[in-house]
Amino acid sequence: MAIPSLLKVLLYLLAFPGVLFLCAFSTCVEWFDRKVYARLQNRIGPLHTGNSGILQPLADFIKLMAKEDLVPTHADKGIFNALPLFSFASALTAFLMVPIFRVHLPFTSFPGDLIVIIYLLSIPTIVYFLAGWHSTNYFAMLGSFRNLTQLFGYEVPLFLSLLTPGMLAGAWHGGVWSPANWQMSAIGQFYMTHAFLIPVNIIGFAVALIALQAKLERVPFDAPEAETEIVAGAMTEYSGKKLALFRLTVDMELVAGSALIATVFLGGFVLPPVALGGTDISAPLSFILFVLKTLFVVALLSLMRALMGRLRIDQTIAFSWRWLAPLSLIQVVIAVGLKAFVRF
Amino acid sequence: MPTIKVPLGPQHPALKEPESFKFELDGERVVGVDVRMGYAHRGIEKGFEGRTFTQGIYLAERICGICSHAHTTPFVQNVEELLKIEIPPRARYIRVLVGELERIHSHLLWLGVAGHEVGFDSLFMYTWRDRELVLDMLELISGNRVHHGMNTVGGVRRDVSADQAEKLLEMNALVTARTDYYIKMCTAEPTFMARISGVGPLSKQDALDLNAVGPMARASGVKRDIRKDDPYAAYGEIPFEVITAESCDVLGRAVVRVFELLQCVRIVGYVLKNMPAGDIRVRAPRKVPAGEAIARYEAPRGENIHFMKSNGTEKPDRVKVRAPTYANMPATLATLKGSFVADIPITVAAIDPCFCCADRMVRLVDDRTGRNDLMTWPQLQRYSREWLGRNRRDLIGN
Repeated sequence: MAIPSLLKVLLYLLAFPGVLFLCAFSTCVEWFDRKVYARLQNRIGPLHTGNSGILQPLADFIKLMAKEDLVPTHADKGIFNALPLFSFASALTAFLMVPIFRVHLPFTSFPGDLIVIIYLLSIPTIVYFLAGWHSTNYFAMLGSFRNLTQLFGYEVPLFLSLLTPGMLAGAWHGGVWSPANWQMSAIGQFYMTHAFLIPVNIIGFAVALIALQAKLERVPFDAPEAETEIVAGAMTEYSGKKLALFRLTVDMELVAGSALIATVFLGGFVLPPVALGGTDISAPLSFILFVLKTLFVVALLSLMRALMGRLRIDQTIAFSWRWLAPLSLIQVVIAVGLKAFVRF
Repeated sequence: MPTIKVPLGPQHPALKEPESFKFELDGERVVGVDVRMGYAHRGIEKGFEGRTFTQGIYLAERICGICSHAHTTPFVQNVEELLKIEIPPRARYIRVLVGELERIHSHLLWLGVAGHEVGFDSLFMYTWRDRELVLDMLELISGNRVHHGMNTVGGVRRDVSADQAEKLLEMNALVTARTDYYIKMCTAEPTFMARISGVGPLSKQDALDLNAVGPMARASGVKRDIRKDDPYAAYGEIPFEVITAESCDVLGRAVVRVFELLQCVRIVGYVLKNMPAGDIRVRAPRKVPAGEAIARYEAPRGENIHFMKSNGTEKPDRVKVRAPTYANMPATLATLKGSFVADIPITVAAIDPCFCCADRMVRLVDDRTGRNDLMTWPQLQRYSREWLGRNRRDLIGN
């Protein structure tokens, strides 16, 4: 590989839209989430660190990094220490897949990246389970059981609802139906040119939002880390740097998940070419569009968090299979039916 | 799957005060529960014996950090009974006023805590914001937010002026509006309802057998309210209803409390409009003749009992306090058995526990030997010397 292209890849991985950008963006999104949540509860929210508290999540992160790091006596040290890195890496890789503006590298946008990102986003949940299991703590163990139990509830509706926009965006190629190759940028492109089709996916959008909330373990689906019941669930024994890494991972999951939904349901970054004074400025504009759509999804998630109480784990599972799964199936039927009878 | 034993407390995020519950769990089900009380024992009953009756009022006020008026009132009632003095009608009305405002702020606080226990933090933020209103009202009357210092032997210490009454009525209207909102919310929000309805069942018979008190008993259909059964202060002259619910679960306990809020604001309105004129206190002698007295008071959490024995001096011979949390403990343990782990916090919170009010004694058990003798002071000194002898090297080494 030539040096300039290698540099470009490194820049892409480490700075933008890789590690640095994602860390900065996810802390900002956490601030946004906290601020919206606080305003909905008639509070002010973070205020003093940085401009209207925007640096508060970063300050929390730095503070946690400086805290004492404890490992339980009976815990398996190696695994206990390695797990935060696993979840961090998978969330990071997942976000790399999300198309955030027009420039792409072949290894971040390829046919089937939608499937890959869904799987990458599942890894942190498994890591939380392992983290709780290896903590040798009853609260952590109860939390990790709930982690897995919940996973079986929301995973199927989430997958189904995230895949349906791709089905609708697909096309017939010589008798073979290619559902937009399950490629996020292609799906986004399709919905930008067929904007009238966005409302068709409204059921899937709602299901995906709710399932994402369950995946992120936020109210009303925060039974796995219910503070008043099991202290902090799987995270109970984690402290210091590892906890900081886990918390950052959760923020990244929030960003990656919201960005994913914004892309496949709302068209994401895609924008027709815009010229200003002869130069094409659609690349920065498309990035701004992407950020706005992601924040819109995050705001909806915050609203859900403020409006409800916590469901019991059995209620969560019952709700998932009684409502979310059938609704996502209905969405599949709508997408397939539309595809079969309408040409567009 | 074998059962596991999980400790909840004495330090746990669900409990705002130290109390130790040991749960035996089969998966997410509770099969056994044991409680150990006494972590917040402060020796208050003994403290009364070294103080005069007047000083005792201020100690009684500090038994509870929320229902302070609920402890001073029965205390002074006991002293007044022993002294055989009758307090002026206006003082009786002011006692009711403060007591009811205290009930409002306690119930609002409970509603917020209940919301927090089931992960509904928005409810917590809203109720605690509106609770500030009530605290402001109390501050307007007494100058203090929580420890009002209103009661004294023979009446109350501060009067409510006409200006104050007018302002209080305005604020009361605001509290009424907020209460209506909470009633709507408590009986309609689906996730909140899903988490509290059917949780922590306590049948009417169990409530009677286990001597449940306050909202806990009323939510099981037991019409038990000291304000009606054994009226004190001015409750005999004030119209109000005793709220009961038949659902026998946490939902019932929440419903009883929010509808009680409505009764409370009505009582406050009635008292402010119909307060008789006159003195607010009568002079009482310092020495109290020998005798025994018992006073009952309907605290926000239930029946509060004070017993007092005097020996003819300035100081009481014995004061015994039975706080409502203590009375509700057996019923709580009964409701916890068979519940989900997830329902433990809200079931415990449903009695509105105030552990430091309930802790009357502490028992020290040696972790290794299982011995639980009480130590006398010389024994404790000897033990301390021996312990230091054993561990001196470690201490100095560091």
